[in-house]
Amino acid sequence: MRNFLDFEQPIAELEGKIEELRHLADTGEVNIADEVGKLQTKVDRLITTTYAKLTPWQKVQVARHPDRPHFKNYVSRMFTDYQPLSGDRSFADDHAILGGIGRFRGRSCVVIGHEKGGDTQARIKHNFGMARPEGYRKAQRLMELAERFQLPVITLVDTPGAYPGVGAEERGQSEAIARSIELCLNIRVPLVATIIGEGGSGGAIALAAGDAVFMLENSVYSVISPEGCASILWRSAEEAQTAAEALRLTAQDLEKLKVIDRVIKEPVGGAHREPDEAVDKVSDEIEAALTDLCAMEPGALRARRREKFLAMGRHGLS
Amino acid sequence: MSWLERYVRPKIKALVGAKPEVPDNLWHKCDNCGQMIFHRDLVANHHVCQHCNHHMRLPAEQRLEMLFDDGEYDRAELPKTPLDPLKFRDRKRYSDRLKEAQSKQDTKTANKDAIIVAHGKMEGRAVVVAAFDFSFMGGSMGVAVGEGIVTAAHLAVFQQAPLIIIPATGGARMQEGILSLMQMPRTVIAVQEVKEAGLPFFVLLTDPTTGGVSASFAMLGDIHIAEPGAVIGFAGRRVIEQTVKETLPDGFQTAEYLLEHGMVDIVAPRTQIRPTIIRLISLLMDGKPVDMAEASSDKDAAEGDLDIPDSAESGPDKT
Repeated sequence: MRNFLDFEQPIAELEGKIEELRHLADTGEVNIADEVGKLQTKVDRLITTTYAKLTPWQKVQVARHPDRPHFKNYVSRMFTDYQPLSGDRSFADDHAILGGIGRFRGRSCVVIGHEKGGDTQARIKHNFGMARPEGYRKAQRLMELAERFQLPVITLVDTPGAYPGVGAEERGQSEAIARSIELCLNIRVPLVATIIGEGGSGGAIALAAGDAVFMLENSVYSVISPEGCASILWRSAEEAQTAAEALRLTAQDLEKLKVIDRVIKEPVGGAHREPDEAVDKVSDEIEAALTDLCAMEPGALRARRREKFLAMGRHGLS
Repeated sequence: MSWLERYVRPKIKALVGAKPEVPDNLWHKCDNCGQMIFHRDLVANHHVCQHCNHHMRLPAEQRLEMLFDDGEYDRAELPKTPLDPLKFRDRKRYSDRLKEAQSKQDTKTANKDAIIVAHGKMEGRAVVVAAFDFSFMGGSMGVAVGEGIVTAAHLAVFQQAPLIIIPATGGARMQEGILSLMQMPRTVIAVQEVKEAGLPFFVLLTDPTTGGVSASFAMLGDIHIAEPGAVIGFAGRRVIEQTVKETLPDGFQTAEYLLEHGMVDIVAPRTQIRPTIIRLISLLMDGKPVDMAEASSDKDAAEGDLDIPDSAESGPDKT
């Protein structure tokens, strides 16, 4: 059963019709191949045109799509010999940030990312991808491990934001995020970050201050959620659509602002339609970036990363 | 509409004539205990309530005066940054909000944004201070504030001076979107450069220090000093209450709470902040050289001192 977003209703209806016709064809002797073919062309065209002109708010919805490939889908397709690693060695193991070590296209890498969970049970287990301090501290541990063994780090960002809870505050959420950012900027191994879904504020940048930062075409990356922004600046969460536009949170805008290095194309109709294809496209970009970055001298790599972030924000949208 | 709402107040002002020339803020009400404080007492007491010791927000300029020797300092010029980089508009244009915030400032010391970078002396030693101005759009951090911190860090390294940053901020400035978020890594790099130069980096956490500022450079100080009662945390109280669906206890996210949970080193009353920082700078920076110098120059004297017990020991024989 496929999940459809509200703006995908016309697509859902057409696909429903095709499904019905196919069902008829299976049971009866009527030949409707022609009709199905025509409808298929129509629906393909509809998907292409719909996805070619998504509004920022629609992109927010696609970025949060429940069927969109998540961290675990990426890891299982990208890595061989994957070994998950757990715990921050001080308090607990956070399930919103996962990580481990594995072989990515022949190269040993450390991978860290947010997991939102694919169904209700998993979403609760992974706290909807909202990490607590333990998650960021686990990430720091893994980054240090990567540096010690000179392994590149791949991060996959997909979080609504860091978890705003009492325990999280008690255990130093701010410090945990700050330290993660510091480590991303400090390590002497390549760090390639990809926003695969939602890049929610401090919880995202904690894993995303990398040498190369990519974004999937329909992912979003923002200082605050459109809902949060709307309720503060417009004093009404209803204005989330307007806020989504004002915030410039799409991959295309962020590329213009030089905050990210590249936009990765998604399969037609979004990553959730062809998850494997989306993962492969991301893998290709990461592999290309790693080939370049691994050839760099560690000190120069770090200096370049710092310069890149120091220059950020000096230019606005022209 | 009821007759109660239609009631019109008698215009007393019109009856007594023109308003006399008296500043309307002679008396301040403490937001904690509700007692009235005369404005001169308030200034003399550095905006600390004399009744309940509540530390009220202190304007950035007064903060700087309190820190530097004789209240004297120079302001560093901050590089120009793009105004309204996203062409942001909520119910108002961001560029208008900025102009409004700038026009509210005293013309003499007009702050272009929510940060002042100052350098001067503390106990005769060069120090660089970056102070947030909470009255400027809630002290929120956008590109200009980030630029201020980068400038302060570079200045500290150039002068080989300690850096003190004093946040008073709600966090990132929403109207600059992702560029505000990018000030987090940017300011982290800035303070890293200070630390790598072997210089102390102090954070003086004042009310409030939350959001993207607390989750970046503000939690990476060599030493964290906080003012009593200051609210310091990542998520806002309201957001947490909505998430956990319960009211939070009093004292949650205060300086004292952070001290108890290991996130700050010292909670110091406002009057103790300058002497505390001076003492710490001296302890951190005058460690070896002074002791060594004293040890070598006093070597002979020390040996002489060592002779004393010997002669004292031989004393009884002589008597």
